Amino acid sequence: MSATAVAAPAVHSLWTTAAAAPIHAPKIEYAQLSPILVVLGAAVAGILVEAFVPRRARYGTQLAVTLIGLAGAFAAVVGLAATGYATTKADLAAMGSIAVDGPSLFLQGTLILVTAVGVLAIAERGLEPQSREVPHVDAFAPQAAAVPGSEDEKAAARAGWSTTEVFPLTLFALSGMLVFPAAGDLLTLFIGLEILSLPLYLMCALARRRRLLSQESAVKYFLLGAFASAFFLFGTALLYGYAGTLDLGGIAKVVTGDAAPNAALNASAHGDALLLIGGAMIVMGLLFKVGAVPFHAWTPDVYQGAPTPITGFMAAATKVAAFGALLRLLYVALPEMRWDWRPVMWGVAILTMALGAIVAVTQTDVKRMLAYSSIAHAGFLLTGVIAGNKQGVSAVLFYLAAYSFVTLGAFAVVTLVRDAGGEATHLSRWDGLGRRSPLVAVTFALFLLAFAGIPLTSGFSGKFAVFSAAAKGGAVPLVVVGVLCSAVAAFFYVRVIVRMFFAEPRADGPSVAVPSALTGTAIAVGAAATLVLGVFPQWAFDLADKASVFIR
Amino acid sequence: MKHTLLAAGGHTGYYQAYSVLGLVAVLGVLFVAASFAANRLLRPDVPGAEKYTVYECGVDPVGEGWAHTQIRYYVYAFLYVIFAVDAIYLFPWATVFAAPGFGATTLVEMFVFIGFLAVGLLYAWRTGVLRWI
Repeated sequence: MSATAVAAPAVHSLWTTAAAAPIHAPKIEYAQLSPILVVLGAAVAGILVEAFVPRRARYGTQLAVTLIGLAGAFAAVVGLAATGYATTKADLAAMGSIAVDGPSLFLQGTLILVTAVGVLAIAERGLEPQSREVPHVDAFAPQAAAVPGSEDEKAAARAGWSTTEVFPLTLFALSGMLVFPAAGDLLTLFIGLEILSLPLYLMCALARRRRLLSQESAVKYFLLGAFASAFFLFGTALLYGYAGTLDLGGIAKVVTGDAAPNAALNASAHGDALLLIGGAMIVMGLLFKVGAVPFHAWTPDVYQGAPTPITGFMAAATKVAAFGALLRLLYVALPEMRWDWRPVMWGVAILTMALGAIVAVTQTDVKRMLAYSSIAHAGFLLTGVIAGNKQGVSAVLFYLAAYSFVTLGAFAVVTLVRDAGGEATHLSRWDGLGRRSPLVAVTFALFLLAFAGIPLTSGFSGKFAVFSAAAKGGAVPLVVVGVLCSAVAAFFYVRVIVRMFFAEPRADGPSVAVPSALTGTAIAVGAAATLVLGVFPQWAFDLADKASVFIR
Repeated sequence: MKHTLLAAGGHTGYYQAYSVLGLVAVLGVLFVAASFAANRLLRPDVPGAEKYTVYECGVDPVGEGWAHTQIRYYVYAFLYVIFAVDAIYLFPWATVFAAPGFGATTLVEMFVFIGFLAVGLLYAWRTGVLRWI
């Protein structure tokens, strides 16, 4: 009976204290979140357009809503940066969930511009063969729910239907990407990760041609992505168990000893194991999104299977968002753990650069080759992350902006080279392209030279920035490996250029479709950004340098 | 009196409180094993080909067991889950929204949230997935 007397009041007091504790209403700074909110609003408007605008008018309305939303969001980013939120007024908005600071605004601005260019390529309807009945055909399945090869699918194609849902999906993915590098705590980071991933899984499955390959790529991406999310969540739980807080700044304080760790764990003294395992699992989740070795296996299959405009958007924008999040996690939450994560990241960076560059040499498909090249570039970016100084942050920011436009342009060119079966992505089909369509070949050569890091292109400026930052940060051996891998990578880029200009054109070779103004603009913007950031990179370096301080 | 067992568990050790659960699990396994063994020992054993056919409510089975079927209810299941989760979110909100310091903003925010869900439902309705074909 005495036991009952002890236990009952304890249970009772638990209830009363919970009821008596005051709950404070959260304070949300809507103005500072406006870029994200504008994009989300445009995406919701897109859903309503899909529901209520007649099928014939949907494409134009969706494109207009998307571009207006992107313009509004970019204006909001510029407005926030101009009023000093990137430097002096930088702070944590929405109860510490969203950091509005230099890196956030720089990456958000980059992401919005990249998406705008990507949307132009996605909106292209003039490349597929057309008929009098169906004058506009885009790169996406006419009806995604119809079984490939079925009567339903043929009927939908004859009726000229198109999956205009791709525009709101792009905007939803973008809104997640805007949250991802700006997240101030681990749960917001996870929500950003999911919001950016889920629409991308769907968009990968939407190809009009080779639908089974496209659906296979989406399933692979989804399964491996779910795996990475699980790693990420488990790591979040362990770090919360260690620090007793989800705030990135709060975790850093517990690591340095400025704040007490979780009281329940103080006694058991397993804290360091939780910190190390938790941190490693979260970094694993992020390295998966980045496409770093050994978490790269999805990249070639997904890049090859997804519709090419989506591949371009995904390759460019996901990398920007994921590297932003990785930078924030390592520089804000775990800077004092540098001596633990640096050796591991050294290994990952070396493996990523080497495997990306070496395996790309053996590829025979343009899209797979670009996928392995993106893996190698993830390795180059990781050298900048490892630098561990302010210069490293600004170098990675610059590299991301430069690389994403080159990627968008390269994939947009891939959509133009076609034969009867759709895009001719086998490299042997590109023989002698330079003689048949010099302009397209020269543009693609420019993008390849930028990937290879030849001077006067943005690729050179970016590589120079990350390598010099890494050397300054004490990672000279890593820089040596990086330069060697760049040399290997240059080999396969130059090989494609040689094929295009010096091989004999094949009689049954592919034709080059004349793009409409949409893809034309996308390629032109990509080429212009490549040249401008290569010849006059200083203003962009200054901008990235000004934006390279994280708020804690 | 009914707290005694729980409290005693708390005094003698955290894991001991789970011993009842373990005992029930062991008893359950033993019961099933014993009844199947008794069944096996007592029943007559007359095998026959007909006994291995697919059971279909007593009539002779038609076609293969491995067949395509169109699943219609999953959309409704999705929509149900969304609104069930929404309700879980609504209950704690309903306890505080009238408290001082919350007020009109809190009310509007919840309706914005419900509005997002309503947009999804509108889209589902207009694309025709709510029609039972």
